[in-house]
Amino acid sequence: MGLDQVPHNFVTARLEDVVRWGRRNSVFPATFGLACCALEMMATGAAHYDLARFGMEVFRASPRQADLMIVAGRVSQKMAPVLRQVYDQMVEPKWVISMGVCASSGGMFNNYAIVQGVDQIVPVDVYVPGCPPGPETLMHGILTLHEQIRTGELLRRREASPTGGAGIELGREPAGLPTG
Amino acid sequence: MADDTAREADHEGAGDDDAPEAPVAAAIADEVAAAVVARYEGSVFVESHGQPVVYVDRAVMADVATMLRDEEQFTMLVDTVVVDHLLDGTRLTVAGIVPERFEVAANYLSHARNRRLRVICEVPESDPTVPSLTPVYPGANFPERESYDLFGITFEGHPDLTRILMPDDWHGHPLRKDDAAARVPVTFKGDPSPR
Amino acid sequence: MTDAWEQEEARLERQTDEGAQELRASTREVVLAGGGMWPEDDLGDTMIINMGPQHPSTHGVLRLMMELDGEDVLRIKPVIGYLHTGMEKTGEELTYVQGTTNVTRMDYASNFANELVYSMAVERLLDVEVPERAVWIRMMMCELSRMASHLLFQATNGMDIGAVSMMLYGWREREEVLRIFEFVTGLRMNCNYIRPGGVAADLPDGWEQRVLDVCDIVTAGVAEYDELLSQNPIWLERTVGLGVITTEECLERSITGPILRSTGFAWDLRKAQPYLAYDQVEFDTIFTSNGDVYDRYRIRLFEILESVRIVRQCVERMPFGDYRVQDKKLTPPPRARIDESMEALIHHFKLFTEGFKVPAGETYVSVESPRGEIGCYMVSDGSGKPVRMHIRGPSFYNLQSIDPMGSDSLVADAVAIVSSIDPIMGEVDR
Repeated sequence: MGLDQVPHNFVTARLEDVVRWGRRNSVFPATFGLACCALEMMATGAAHYDLARFGMEVFRASPRQADLMIVAGRVSQKMAPVLRQVYDQMVEPKWVISMGVCASSGGMFNNYAIVQGVDQIVPVDVYVPGCPPGPETLMHGILTLHEQIRTGELLRRREASPTGGAGIELGREPAGLPTG
Repeated sequence: MADDTAREADHEGAGDDDAPEAPVAAAIADEVAAAVVARYEGSVFVESHGQPVVYVDRAVMADVATMLRDEEQFTMLVDTVVVDHLLDGTRLTVAGIVPERFEVAANYLSHARNRRLRVICEVPESDPTVPSLTPVYPGANFPERESYDLFGITFEGHPDLTRILMPDDWHGHPLRKDDAAARVPVTFKGDPSPR
Repeated sequence: MTDAWEQEEARLERQTDEGAQELRASTREVVLAGGGMWPEDDLGDTMIINMGPQHPSTHGVLRLMMELDGEDVLRIKPVIGYLHTGMEKTGEELTYVQGTTNVTRMDYASNFANELVYSMAVERLLDVEVPERAVWIRMMMCELSRMASHLLFQATNGMDIGAVSMMLYGWREREEVLRIFEFVTGLRMNCNYIRPGGVAADLPDGWEQRVLDVCDIVTAGVAEYDELLSQNPIWLERTVGLGVITTEECLERSITGPILRSTGFAWDLRKAQPYLAYDQVEFDTIFTSNGDVYDRYRIRLFEILESVRIVRQCVERMPFGDYRVQDKKLTPPPRARIDESMEALIHHFKLFTEGFKVPAGETYVSVESPRGEIGCYMVSDGSGKPVRMHIRGPSFYNLQSIDPMGSDSLVADAVAIVSSIDPIMGEVDR
């Protein structure tokens, strides 16, 4: 994982390559474990399926310090505004991995309570299927994201994704504090 | 009156075959159920797959709870559940009980006597209120809030009857049979959102 | 320097016993008497802050609203519903054959407990008896699942209180158990293995040796955690005397499981109202009497060892026989038969499209999950789908213990207390 992916040494390399190298080799995920997928996400960070070799074992609690939001688990109607708020609080550049089928499409819970795909709320870069996806599947998704970062644009602003994503304005304020 | 005598006779000598009985009173081998049936007029005992169940009038739900806690050593209310029978195929009929759309079931456990009892009451759709068990068993706080949230049953005497699982501004009661389709139509990329 | 060291030790000793609570109370009194940190502080002002629902230390999406007076927590109120999945509504739309896939995702740390209680409720409504081998397989898988869940608790509890290395150790052993699940059922989690009628498939060849190896590995791991934490002064200072709850408070709030057992009340459904084959195996009920965070940590630690004991007995005494009830109307035929027999094809088709029908009735079945009493209240109406499928998730009730435990503690302690309740939000919100 050294500078081998950068064609020239860093003195004569293109700035974009060095910046992309830096971005993908230390992506800090934000803790957004919701349900069963969170346990497999923790397993991916644990000793056997080590995420530290990608520089990603520090799950930042504060979204301000995080680059990647792995939405691990089913997103309920009550949680959706919270999800959007955390995504908005993250600083650019930021990526979203939708982990598991519940986050990608509502999964087996096709009903009133679950948002049918987190891409209704935030723009997603990589969808990882599985219920829950094993750590190896999640790592494949993460490496796919690394590849996207390696070949992607540096200064793009995220567009609205066709399903809604960044373009959605959540007009409703998060639920107020219950009384009592 | 013959019914009361029959119940009393059963209460004294549980499982006594000689006592004249109404079909329901004959089977009260469970003495706690017998005590409840004896105390509250109109209650019916049923044995459901080996478990004792008593159907009572909804007005006395909290009184039954108090009696079980104070006199019969039922230390814990395990659960309260609401059932919506609007779309039933075949409904379980209980002799002597008028079936309504909703049923509220309370499961009790006595640690000292190591036994359980279920108490069920019928709740009509036109007036979905039941006395709350929270003053008797504080552990009923959360499940009654959930029943209110998902079914719209009001529990009189509950200290904080607000939504617990759905967002606070949600309309409707999702677990009712005539509310909230359980399946959202499948959409594809580019389709307008189902909501 | 020796004097200062002795003073330090004396202070440490004083704080590592029940006196910790008194110390905090007396500190608070001093603060109140003296008027607070700043002379102009109005001590009548309390602050209500919000912890969660997105927070690394709240075991899933639990939101806690705390009324704070400085660092002291006066009251805690849990707000739930952030993981409400409508599983009970979905359960009414799925057939009895499909139902376990739904239920297994409620308490996602110990999947087999959910599947077991659902399957037992269906079997009771059908009045079928499960073959003996299936009973023992179920028991063994449930105990392995209890081990996996308690190892998860050790990992997350340790990390929440500050022993971050516990996260890696706990997961290391849990991986071994998950590997057994994958070996037997095909999936690491959400296995859908225990189904109405028995289990989905028989145990594969070579399972005995692998299960015994896992037992050895987990026993060694538990010994390591014990050595790391149980006499560690930092651990003791952070957990002893904290989050105390009494038996009366537990019983009136419908709290079961390790929390109830930590108050001195030795109630375990596996002993009191045995199900499966628990009355034929030897194991102890672990309980303590102080009702604090440390006790709950120790109970769960030793319950892992009791589960290992039960699993070893299952390996020795596993009976031969069918792994699923041999009723053509309930159990799908083996795949090979479908090529040969038209009847088998029809049964397979009917079972997987319509499912089997369950006569009208209602029942409540409960077992001991790692978190307490998990129950299934099921109402059927003669069709292929339940009228009402309600799971009594123990964490839903156990969360009501936050109030007596968390009032009058510090903010950092609130994290430890919630962690010791070990809630799984999947079964809280369903």
